[in-house]
Amino acid sequence: MAEVLTQRTPAAVHQPEGNFLTENTGLLNWMFTVDHKRIGLMYFWTIMTMFFVGGVLALVLRTELLTPKTTIVSAEVYNQLFTLHGVIMTFLVLVPVIPATLGNFVLPMMLGAKDVAFPRLNLLSYYLYVFGALLAVGAIIGGGLDTGWTFYTPYSSTISGGVSIMTMGAFVLGFSSILTGVNFIATIHRLRAPGLSWYNMPLFVWGMYATAVIQVLATPVIGITMVLLLMERLFQVGIFDASLGGDPVLFQHFFWFYSHPVVYIMILPGMACISEVIPTFSHKPIFGYKAVAWSSVGIAVVSFFVWGHHMFVSGQSEFAGAIFSFLTFVVAIPSGVKVWNWLATMYRGSISLGAPMLYAIAFLLLFGIGGLTGLFLATVAVDVHLHDTYFIVAHFHYVMMGGTLIAFFAGLHYWWPKMYGRMYNEFWAAMGCLLVFLGFNGTFIPQFIVGSRGMPRRYYNYLDQFQFLHVASTIGSYVLAIGLVTMAAALIVPLFRKRYDAPNNPWGAASLEWTVSSPPPTHNFHHVPVVTHGPYDFKAARRLEQMESHS
Amino acid sequence: MMPVTQASDYAREVDSIYMFITYFGIFFYSIIVIGLGYFIYKYRRRRQNEDTPDITHNTALEIIWTVIPSIPLVVMAFWGFNTYMQARVAPADSLEIKVIAKKWAWEFTYPNGMSFGQEMHVPAGRPVKLVMISQDVIHDFYLPDFRIKADIVPSRYTQLWFQSDEPGEHQVFCAEYCGRDHSNMLAKVIVDTEEQYQQWLEQKAEEAMNMPLPELGKLLYVNKGCNTCHSIDGTRIQGPSFKGIWGQTHQFSNAQPAVVDENYVRESLLQPTAKVRAGYEAIMPSFQGLLREREIQALAEYVKSLK
Repeated sequence: MAEVLTQRTPAAVHQPEGNFLTENTGLLNWMFTVDHKRIGLMYFWTIMTMFFVGGVLALVLRTELLTPKTTIVSAEVYNQLFTLHGVIMTFLVLVPVIPATLGNFVLPMMLGAKDVAFPRLNLLSYYLYVFGALLAVGAIIGGGLDTGWTFYTPYSSTISGGVSIMTMGAFVLGFSSILTGVNFIATIHRLRAPGLSWYNMPLFVWGMYATAVIQVLATPVIGITMVLLLMERLFQVGIFDASLGGDPVLFQHFFWFYSHPVVYIMILPGMACISEVIPTFSHKPIFGYKAVAWSSVGIAVVSFFVWGHHMFVSGQSEFAGAIFSFLTFVVAIPSGVKVWNWLATMYRGSISLGAPMLYAIAFLLLFGIGGLTGLFLATVAVDVHLHDTYFIVAHFHYVMMGGTLIAFFAGLHYWWPKMYGRMYNEFWAAMGCLLVFLGFNGTFIPQFIVGSRGMPRRYYNYLDQFQFLHVASTIGSYVLAIGLVTMAAALIVPLFRKRYDAPNNPWGAASLEWTVSSPPPTHNFHHVPVVTHGPYDFKAARRLEQMESHS
Repeated sequence: MMPVTQASDYAREVDSIYMFITYFGIFFYSIIVIGLGYFIYKYRRRRQNEDTPDITHNTALEIIWTVIPSIPLVVMAFWGFNTYMQARVAPADSLEIKVIAKKWAWEFTYPNGMSFGQEMHVPAGRPVKLVMISQDVIHDFYLPDFRIKADIVPSRYTQLWFQSDEPGEHQVFCAEYCGRDHSNMLAKVIVDTEEQYQQWLEQKAEEAMNMPLPELGKLLYVNKGCNTCHSIDGTRIQGPSFKGIWGQTHQFSNAQPAVVDENYVRESLLQPTAKVRAGYEAIMPSFQGLLREREIQALAEYVKSLK
């Protein structure tokens, strides 16, 4: 590996002895590492393991729904499986997936820093994640839990089973998320290289910053809510349970006060990835840098004031419904602005269709549907009909999977050469993207229709008239699974083939992480870099690279 | 787009908004798709180091594409809320039906104080107001053909109203997850003509009053939802079967053994957790205040008859 790097690295740059992957190997060195890149990779493989488990559960659920009555599992098992699928995918995959993996890996390098501001805190956040994940998954497997990922009281406060352990798991996971947020805020404020003003930061960093603010402000609320739920279950303190003098709807307010902002903890990092990929692959600066940057912050602020749109049918006051509906439309606007800016970036560009760009295009198409179908749900009278039906299920999968995860895949293909020093297989990556796109639509478009027709979610048995659409959705999910496996193969197989060796800057990108070798040296930069051009000034970056290789 | 029966004026109004949003979505989605497709083709990369213009921003454009799509959003917000308010305020002359939801059955009580099972009969052309409460966890009364839905919460009443144009049959779902048999918590709304409705109500009331006790018990067994958890053929569902239990001595996890007799049945209905059968969970809701004396007797007689 080392001699290949020597060939690829421009002569002027100091020759690294090795890189973060090859230096100090051994299990203990990895387990106690404080290197942000290693922690990023540890997060990556752990989260991907959880994603695999959650995905297999989804396939079992879809298979069960092939027939209106029992197909392969019992009602009890089905209810536990959809709970497990929801908990794994939201708390263990979607929340950390981009900040903890790509964010940890590239954010310090984008800033020209050697590491995050608090490297040990970073490692602690990883182990809290692992501990929280074990508690959450253990609770369901050990005790059985069928509340759904929303844990609505009084159902969750009255049933037996693993609710207490699960809530502790969610509590611990919250701390992992808060620590990542605190770390990123401090890093962005304090560790920017000379010349890297706020408006010279890559938009990925803006996205991470907005995300971190929500993580720090919103996550404590879910922690408090979980503690209250525990106190009620263990000590009979009446908070949510009506029979103890509590208010069951209060739980929903607390829960969504966190869990709506959390949607933006998931989607803002996705948008952040897309804001890197589209300019790079259009070979043209981002259109409306400030609009894209500040719309992230705008979304982060408004996201705190829309939680009540989950509760239009809960019995909350009509006045509250009106306010929350209005604010929900307000939060739609900055998301729309970003889409127009991305499109305008492509105008008169020079667009190459590498896998990251293909995923970015898939993102625009899928997130477009996710966003526009959100308008039905922001409109009170229409939401009343669609609430708790498959329409909602389809909508949030379009935003969460079609948005966040597809954007994550875009970012993963984009930074993969930097992470491992190997390119992915271009043909199979494109095939994977196509299959994921087709399979995803095949899975969830039928769910929009079946939901509009009144099919409620979390139904083990359903009416015969819905079967055709359920079968279509299940077939789509199988195609989606094949697509994901194809994608994984296109990324992983080249890791073992030398001919896929990646150059330092395979895309001609202009931000700082591309100035170091692939994979980066342990301390990222040998000298503190000085930033002389903007993050999307590809021409200046190219001139600089040519100068260095000639000198 | 929404191929569900439109059973009321309100449903038609909701569908108009639904269609408005659909057209709005199709319009803007088309712009995205056409723009993307056109740019990808027109501006595809033809050679290495192809030059691109340095277009960085355009404030006028930013303002235009922020403001113009926002205007229809304001229409959606107001139209949606105004329509929703219609569904919130029931007319004063509404027929009032009390709804009790419990794991996993519905009970509909008519103005005459009686209830007759999982089918709600209502007259066409007259507003019907539902006053709903839950006996255990949160449920949700969802009537897709009328585009209405409301959570049913313990400890607080929630309301819904609807008015049907013409006789017909409409599906009711529980739309808030409530445990194992959530997806079996179904019911029907049967819309009759005013005459049919009155006839049905009288006939049902008369039947219930004059029925021999075991037969009334058999009816209640279905109407009160006992059958969701207790079988009459010896199979185990969520609770123990009723078959052949009369006169037997039962073991309990929290009390001394006791014989199944009238007092035992009465206690099991009113304080179900006082004696919990060994090997079963204490999940049965109490029927305190929900059964008349004659109905309790009828259920006891019915259990007695199940040899």
